[in-house]
Amino acid sequence: MQGKNILATRWGIIGVGAVIGVLAAVLQKLGNPGNMGICVACFERDIAGALGLHRAAVVQYMRPEIIGFVLGSMIAAYIFKEFRPRVGSAPIVRFVLGAFAMIGALVFLGCPWRAVLRLAGGDGNAILGLLGLTFGIWIGTLFLKNGYTLGRTQTTHTTVGWMLPLIMLGFLALTLIFPQVAGQDQSGVLLYSAKGPGAMHAPLLIALIVGLGIGFLAQRSRFCTMGAIRDTVLFGQTHLLSGFISLLVLAFLTNLLLGQFKPGFSDQPVAHTMHIWNFAGMALAGLAFALAGGCPGRQLFLSGEGDGDAAVFVLGMIVGAGFAHNFGLASSPTGVGPHGIAAVVVGFLACLFIGFSMRRKVA
Amino acid sequence: MTTTVDARGLSCPQPVILTLDAIKNGKDKALVVLVDTDTSKENVMRAAASQGYRVEAVAPEANGYRIAIAKD
Repeated sequence: MQGKNILATRWGIIGVGAVIGVLAAVLQKLGNPGNMGICVACFERDIAGALGLHRAAVVQYMRPEIIGFVLGSMIAAYIFKEFRPRVGSAPIVRFVLGAFAMIGALVFLGCPWRAVLRLAGGDGNAILGLLGLTFGIWIGTLFLKNGYTLGRTQTTHTTVGWMLPLIMLGFLALTLIFPQVAGQDQSGVLLYSAKGPGAMHAPLLIALIVGLGIGFLAQRSRFCTMGAIRDTVLFGQTHLLSGFISLLVLAFLTNLLLGQFKPGFSDQPVAHTMHIWNFAGMALAGLAFALAGGCPGRQLFLSGEGDGDAAVFVLGMIVGAGFAHNFGLASSPTGVGPHGIAAVVVGFLACLFIGFSMRRKVA
Repeated sequence: MTTTVDARGLSCPQPVILTLDAIKNGKDKALVVLVDTDTSKENVMRAAASQGYRVEAVAPEANGYRIAIAKD
């Protein structure tokens, strides 16, 4: 048996949350968008833009943090002999959940990570998002209590577990072959933003190293923002929650230190003030995360340790981002997109259908 | 016979739900839980401890772990 996994202890998860909180605030100082030091949903959306899966000119950038998350997790999984290639637990359903999770997150404008980073930066709208997230996850726990399951995975070829890490290596190679040219919106096959959030980013090498480090730590600690709320609601188990809260507190303190804390509801960076839709967008995302068994960050870390189903969820999120911008579903600082509300309704119907229809047969 | 919970291949948090259900419903003071990831192993051990169960043994088995838990 291996030695005890220190990062999976209470203080381990608190430490990892703290490191993520500090690094996210620092990445923002180094160039990432406001209250978006790290946002898994936003950054996957930017990757979709860089690949031309949507053509929203202001959100196109191959975010190295995401690449680092997957590869860092894979390195940790190999070092500690936890790389287990597995797949086959309703991948198509996970794809759909990933797509609607992204659509919900883009109605709010952020994943759970960014929800707390927004709060830590003083954005009061994040409170509505976090309440919505909790509500969505609570619905998910009701399904879980009633036997909801996506079924079992099967052990598979190592190649299957390598697919998303290899895709990420491919994305990294594209970034190095076609680097950003100042003021240009395209370099070779990759699209870039000349202005807007997509144009705001920390230096590539720093972002990649931070991503690798967080990926490594998060794989070891099982850091999960959805699990944080789910386990508290479902079991009264606050292990993961302590990591989530530690992220919030340390990001807040770092923001204070760096002069990045600006309390209020209006004129917050990459945010809107439509309270109902901040709540509902995040409720949809929370339900989809709960049904898929992990927050968007966790899905990246699981992909790194060989979980091919989590990888399908990630691809679902990237494709969902394409739909979100092509169909006018994503919000902007002026409010929800022209079809954002309809998409939230459709997303809820899809998630409820999945939740009600996929249950373990009670023997 | 000791009740065995087969949680292999299941996503979070189902291994914990199945373990807690078995603890709640079972007459046995001892349970065996089969899991296939280290995360599930840690989660099941944490959940067992929260119910006053001791972890008697953890043994690697066929691409996963066999966790024996018991209560006095």
